[in-house]
Amino acid sequence: MNDDVYIIGAGIHPFGRTDGRSGRDQGVFAVQQALGDAGVAWSDVEFAYGGSAAAGSADIMVNELGLTSVPFINVANGCATGGSALTAARNAIAAGACDIALAVGFDKHPRGAFNAKPSDYGLPLWYGETGLMLTTQFFALKIQRYMALHGISRRTLGLVAEKAFRNGTLCDHAWRRSPVDLDTILNAPMVNDPLTKYMFCSPAEGAVALILASGKKVRELGSDAVRIASVAFRTRPEGSFEVFAPSINVGGGGKPTQIASKAAFEMAGIGPEDVSVAQLQDTESGAEIMHMAENGFCADGEQEQWFAEGWSEIGGKLPINTDGGCLACGEPIGASGLRQVYENTVQLRGRGGDRQVPNDPKVGYSHVYGAPGLSAVAILER
Amino acid sequence: MSVLAPIAPGLWTDEAEPRLIGGRRANGEIIFPVPDGDAAALVEPVALSRKGTLWSWTTQGFEPKEPYSGPQPFQPFLVGYVELPGEVIVETRIVDATAADMVIGMPMTFAVVPFDDTRSTYAFRPERSA
Repeated sequence: MNDDVYIIGAGIHPFGRTDGRSGRDQGVFAVQQALGDAGVAWSDVEFAYGGSAAAGSADIMVNELGLTSVPFINVANGCATGGSALTAARNAIAAGACDIALAVGFDKHPRGAFNAKPSDYGLPLWYGETGLMLTTQFFALKIQRYMALHGISRRTLGLVAEKAFRNGTLCDHAWRRSPVDLDTILNAPMVNDPLTKYMFCSPAEGAVALILASGKKVRELGSDAVRIASVAFRTRPEGSFEVFAPSINVGGGGKPTQIASKAAFEMAGIGPEDVSVAQLQDTESGAEIMHMAENGFCADGEQEQWFAEGWSEIGGKLPINTDGGCLACGEPIGASGLRQVYENTVQLRGRGGDRQVPNDPKVGYSHVYGAPGLSAVAILER
Repeated sequence: MSVLAPIAPGLWTDEAEPRLIGGRRANGEIIFPVPDGDAAALVEPVALSRKGTLWSWTTQGFEPKEPYSGPQPFQPFLVGYVELPGEVIVETRIVDATAADMVIGMPMTFAVVPFDDTRSTYAFRPERSA
């Protein structure tokens, strides 16, 4: 058994569009960068987990990385692919099965909104045929009601996107590197009311790799390590309102994000007030707003003041989505959750450059959400 | 106009004032639609109320990818959830209204409407005072 598990190496292939390089090759790029960062060789990796949603199996990467006979488990878990790989790699080390493990996620999606196949989600064909099965609709329907119930303004939706693009200009792995002003965001074509085109992230490409190690190995290597205080991955509870839902329970119910968040805080033995930097799922502007509350960082409705005061800016009391999040980086599904953990690793090591959160951040929190209603939270500590 | 075929069987009742068909679970909870396959045995079909209130709404401004099979050229449409009191909240198209008409909580009425030249689907429309 290993009580503590650490991240000792982090690599990323820039997000966005890289014509001529496959998703898996972007994964290999990220793994090699992570190995270099950790100061270990591919042959030192004793267990590997990874996957993509649309760019093939991860274990084929051994062709490029080296045929070391490493056990390599392909993870195919939709939006939780990266989070699942991280959870599994962390648990393998915690269980004492190995001392160095890899978690890798990559993807390469066609342009335009995701098109889900109803039968893959246990849904009838007519649901897709009639134009009801869209992730963008779900987020719009959820924030539309949330705004009405909790007094969130359209302007605040715009401020979320404005912050994302501003942070993206400071981040070398971001896709969108130019600022977009608030008026442009608010007056852009409506995609799904109340969300305009600048308020949605786009499917994209990219890859992230993390090298994990036991405490024993960290001491041996003298690594620049960040401790994984907790990981929690949960699927939806009864009565929740999720993406791809032809009906919802009138009695309401819990939320997978709330459950994963609570479990992660309990496992880490800390609370939301202890977090110094957070990466929250921002599929669109409203998602970041709602996930601030679902993860326990504020009460419903308080986000209006948070954005008016700039509390989630890089210099604010809780910087959120410091690399521009999904809005500026795009969303390669298999890599997106690991990008958040990568960014927290960068921040806790003090390597953020122009986007570095000031005052030595000690606790990084990341949260990914996806279809068909799942959430993964990871808390890192320095 | 020729008779339109329902986009799928078993979604609504065949009567003068049709109603959506939900499935009641053993615990009393109602879901929509009635599931296919083995799960169908776990619910009891129940005709749902024709009247409800708007729970949330949005616009669909771009043409969805496959398997969307709506009429060409694409026309933007309204989508929402309607709460049928004490029963279930159903996702639905919204017809005979514009985004400017939409107010969460407004009364809504069920309708079967044309989907394309050959098929019908279900929808809700704002309830009009006489």
